[in-house]
Amino acid sequence: MEKNAKSKRLRLTKASFPERLYRQRYLLLMSVPFLIWVLLFNYLPLLGWTMAFQDFKLKGDVFQSFFAADWVGIKHFVALLEDILSKGRFYLALRNTLGMSFYMMVFGFVTPIIFALMINEIRSMYFKRITQTISYLPHFISWVVAAGMISVMLSTEGPINELLENLGLIEKRIPFLAQEKLFWGIMTFSEIWKELGWNAIIFLAAITGVDPGLYESADLDGANRLQKIWHITLPCIMPVITVILIMNVGWLISVGFEKQMLLGSDITRNYSEVLDVYAIKYGIGQSRYSFGTAIGMFKSVVSIILVLGANLIARKTGETSIV
Amino acid sequence: MRKGLQQRSKGDYIMDAVILVVMLLVIIATLFPFLNVLATAFNKSSDSIKGGIGIFPRVPTLDNFKELGRYPLLFQGALISFLRTLIGTAASLFSTCMLAYVLSRRDFMFRRFFTAVFLFTMYIDSGIIPSFMVIRAFGLNNTFWVYIIPGIISAYNLILVRSFIDQLPYSLQESAFLDGANDLTMFFRIVMPLCPPVIATVGLFYAVGQWNSWFDTYLFAPFNEQITTLQYELMKILQQSQAQSGGANLGQAARIAQANTISPLSIRMAVTVITVTPIIIVYPFVQKYFVTGLTLGAVKS
Repeated sequence: MEKNAKSKRLRLTKASFPERLYRQRYLLLMSVPFLIWVLLFNYLPLLGWTMAFQDFKLKGDVFQSFFAADWVGIKHFVALLEDILSKGRFYLALRNTLGMSFYMMVFGFVTPIIFALMINEIRSMYFKRITQTISYLPHFISWVVAAGMISVMLSTEGPINELLENLGLIEKRIPFLAQEKLFWGIMTFSEIWKELGWNAIIFLAAITGVDPGLYESADLDGANRLQKIWHITLPCIMPVITVILIMNVGWLISVGFEKQMLLGSDITRNYSEVLDVYAIKYGIGQSRYSFGTAIGMFKSVVSIILVLGANLIARKTGETSIV
Repeated sequence: MRKGLQQRSKGDYIMDAVILVVMLLVIIATLFPFLNVLATAFNKSSDSIKGGIGIFPRVPTLDNFKELGRYPLLFQGALISFLRTLIGTAASLFSTCMLAYVLSRRDFMFRRFFTAVFLFTMYIDSGIIPSFMVIRAFGLNNTFWVYIIPGIISAYNLILVRSFIDQLPYSLQESAFLDGANDLTMFFRIVMPLCPPVIATVGLFYAVGQWNSWFDTYLFAPFNEQITTLQYELMKILQQSQAQSGGANLGQAARIAQANTISPLSIRMAVTVITVTPIIIVYPFVQKYFVTGLTLGAVKS
């Protein structure tokens, strides 16, 4: 097959450029519209980053507003920096984003691996399948629904308060979602509740790929189940774990914003507002578009640096890399 | 080692017990909120306020669902959600498959360049405001098409389909080529008929995404009742109660809902039930496609 493809390519390189274009006209017809689409909807917004160096005001047409806007250099970035130094709202949003991401990195990353290992140890096929099916379910509901459920569960009349009260663990019912100090934990728990099973799939797939012969020889050596997990399964799925870890590092600064937006409130603002929510509230809510763009740009650049950095470290330590 | 060997059966026993307990806890933690919502939705509204409902309604009634007639926007929202799921999934599937086919063709002259252009979008995000501006600039805000066009292809799904096509035997295409088939017929007649597994997976991803989105309505058509969505309406109703208990984040939405009357808990749960039901109904049937699809992608990448 490879040889054939090569000969076809050779034949094509002999043809002149317009001739090749004509020969592949259908392929071009099938792809160029999407190329235009991706340029317009994904790359044009990147050019829109230049708005961060303007005082963009939306008056009628977006393009006209863009060309009419005043250029102000790095004014908005200076404002962001000053905000960090004076520990203002941007500082809080950045801290909350990194804080919640960090919680997710630690707890949200380890739990699916443990869960996958446990599922793999279930002997009854039937129970295994049921557990898996149920654990994937929350992944498919929207954050709107999930947030609704979570706020019912955590309300003062809700089941969790009731349970804690009946167990005698609390004296007075706690309005959990109004406790700013608990917000990061609640977000992490919500995310794990929703995505645990789903995030475990990739590790389960990796575990099924482990050579059964390794377990057989471990059996002969008298290894117990925990030892087999520790000395065979974990090392064998390490490449997958590394790849997922690198990807998670890249997402360190993008924890998502839906759950924070839906479950956060003015009471918990100091701990619930993340960068995206801040950008939406200020950038769009108060029409400070340039400032909002600067926040988005900051976020993307940090994210790229993180992913490249993590990748570099992984490559240095001899594990797999993704870029 | 020796100790491990001696105690093996005992250790095994403990381990099985631990796993069983953990799994049961996970199952309960996952299912309880769903069952609680269901029970509350079928419970008499004035009784639900007292709290303490478990997984069965205390005073069973259908009244909450009858009350939903007072929310005409829910019906409009359900209609739009249905339409966007249908049209959006079809458009996305068609586009993704077609592009994936072209990118899988080893002789395609711009293959590397086009692939790179699409893959790069996975790593860089321009942020909400620039995208918002671009979509406004094209006049898509306040139209139905804002649900379909900006997200018509997801790079992730594109890779899934492409890796599936990549592992089909290339000889099929070659023989069709010798028979004089052009690239269009090759795609529609040879490649597509072999793709149902991946089409099922990716189609379901798109469909769930469409049914579940609310943020695009919030951003691009918050006041346009003609194209409101079910998730957005549910969000407004749920946020009203938050607005009462201390200023919701989505104040704008709560305001348009004119939240002087807050829907009772049971009504809110009834709307939630309506919103999740389609997912719960199709879920058991489609679950295996999601998993095969994801594993396919995992193995490839």
